[in-house]
Amino acid sequence: MNRHVVRYYFTEGLRGIFLHAFSSFAAVGVITACLLIMGSFTLVSINIQSMVTELEQGSEISVKVDKSLSDAMARSLGSRISELDNVMKAEFYSNQQTFDDMVEKNGEMAMMGYTPDIYHHRYKVYLVDVQFAEETVEQLNALPGVAENGVTLERELLGTLLSIRQVVRLVSVALIAALLVVSLFIMQNTIKLATFERREEISIMRVVGATKGFIRRPFVVEGFILGSMAGLLAYIIQSFAYKRFDQAFEPIDVINTIPFAELWLPVLFTFILTGFLVGVFGSMMTIRKYLKA
Amino acid sequence: MTLRIDDGEFIFLVGPSGSGKSTIIKLLTSEIRPSEGKVMVNGYNINTIKPGAVPMLRRTLGVIFQDFRLIEKKNVFENVAFAMRAVGAAPREIKKRVPYVLDLVGLSHKARRRPHELSGGEQQRVAIARALINNPMVIIADEPTGNLDPARSLEIMTLLERINALGTTVLAVTHEKALVDRFAKRVIAIDGGRIVSDKQGGYFTSGPTARQ
Repeated sequence: MNRHVVRYYFTEGLRGIFLHAFSSFAAVGVITACLLIMGSFTLVSINIQSMVTELEQGSEISVKVDKSLSDAMARSLGSRISELDNVMKAEFYSNQQTFDDMVEKNGEMAMMGYTPDIYHHRYKVYLVDVQFAEETVEQLNALPGVAENGVTLERELLGTLLSIRQVVRLVSVALIAALLVVSLFIMQNTIKLATFERREEISIMRVVGATKGFIRRPFVVEGFILGSMAGLLAYIIQSFAYKRFDQAFEPIDVINTIPFAELWLPVLFTFILTGFLVGVFGSMMTIRKYLKA
Repeated sequence: MTLRIDDGEFIFLVGPSGSGKSTIIKLLTSEIRPSEGKVMVNGYNINTIKPGAVPMLRRTLGVIFQDFRLIEKKNVFENVAFAMRAVGAAPREIKKRVPYVLDLVGLSHKARRRPHELSGGEQQRVAIARALINNPMVIIADEPTGNLDPARSLEIMTLLERINALGTTVLAVTHEKALVDRFAKRVIAIDGGRIVSDKQGGYFTSGPTARQ
């Protein structure tokens, strides 16, 4: 492609933006708003998911060791537990530690006459993904050396965490899909207006032998510029808003937000790419319909 | 209907409204495809032409309309240059060719004027310059004098005759009986989608000569 032809596409694309400045401004505004809503919701969703994951990783499965195993054998069971796919780590907790805890909790008098042998050696098992907790429980129960009915899983808490994660994921996906459609629609309308205002030029171009690609490309450039501008603008506003949000929640211990320093690159990339794709596809879809007619 | 137009001819296509003149133009420019028969234009078979080849066919044609179809926001130079840009011509070529063609149609001195600052005849000359700019093999003029007074009409038809003398084939669709007879060219009359007459010389008043 010749340099002057590329320059022509960009000149015409920019001319289109200024020719109907108000609708260009409106398109950038609405797409920015859509990206911001999508982005805010995604960031909230990412933060909730990160917090849920933290909680999940904190929740443990308690595995009692069969009392018939010697101390050494009980300690070696840990390596077999750790070999299971979904196990992140397995911490050994001896019956002596449990006994000491009980003494501390209930007082020496209450434990008088008892020895640590009344308790099992235990493992605190942390999972990679709680979604597969039931399968891991089955595998743990099947391990030789694990006491009968010795695996305890807090099903209720895990169920709640899983539900929260699923709801957040579903709502995010639905909202993002809906807002993408809205953005595409807005972009289509802007380009439709641009093609309508230039219908005479387009008809002359067709008469003199311009190819459809040549007619289409300035509009695609226009869509790409508008979409990318919206992406960049949305990123600037989003980064500012997120930092404010982060500062506001900093004093609350329960809420651990992900620092923006870890998020800025994917956020910037996603916003620009989404804006770019909405612009390019929106304009291509519109002009294709127009050129067919 | 069987019709053959050779290189370098000047043809008047006449006929009442609804006789099929516009359909012939649409067939020649491949806006529509023939439902039957065969149409060949400048080596392109309109029956089988691929969509990608239609722009190439149109580059061999220059079309002039009754309503001029100039872009109001562009000046004369830009209106003509626009047709060159649309086919991807380089700026250097445009700068060289546009003044030449504007000179040919006698509008060099009005290159910076906007269409609304020109008379109807001048606007049509801009349209002719635009049709000529890509050096077409055939000029198709659809009622080129329909919006002009007799003096301007004569001026436009004279210009088309000059262009024809330079080697470009001209097909002019018109209702102007006086012009057709004055220029004494080949006249094809159609009615109801059929050729009712194909004569050399005047058609409406003078004695026709049947074409072999």
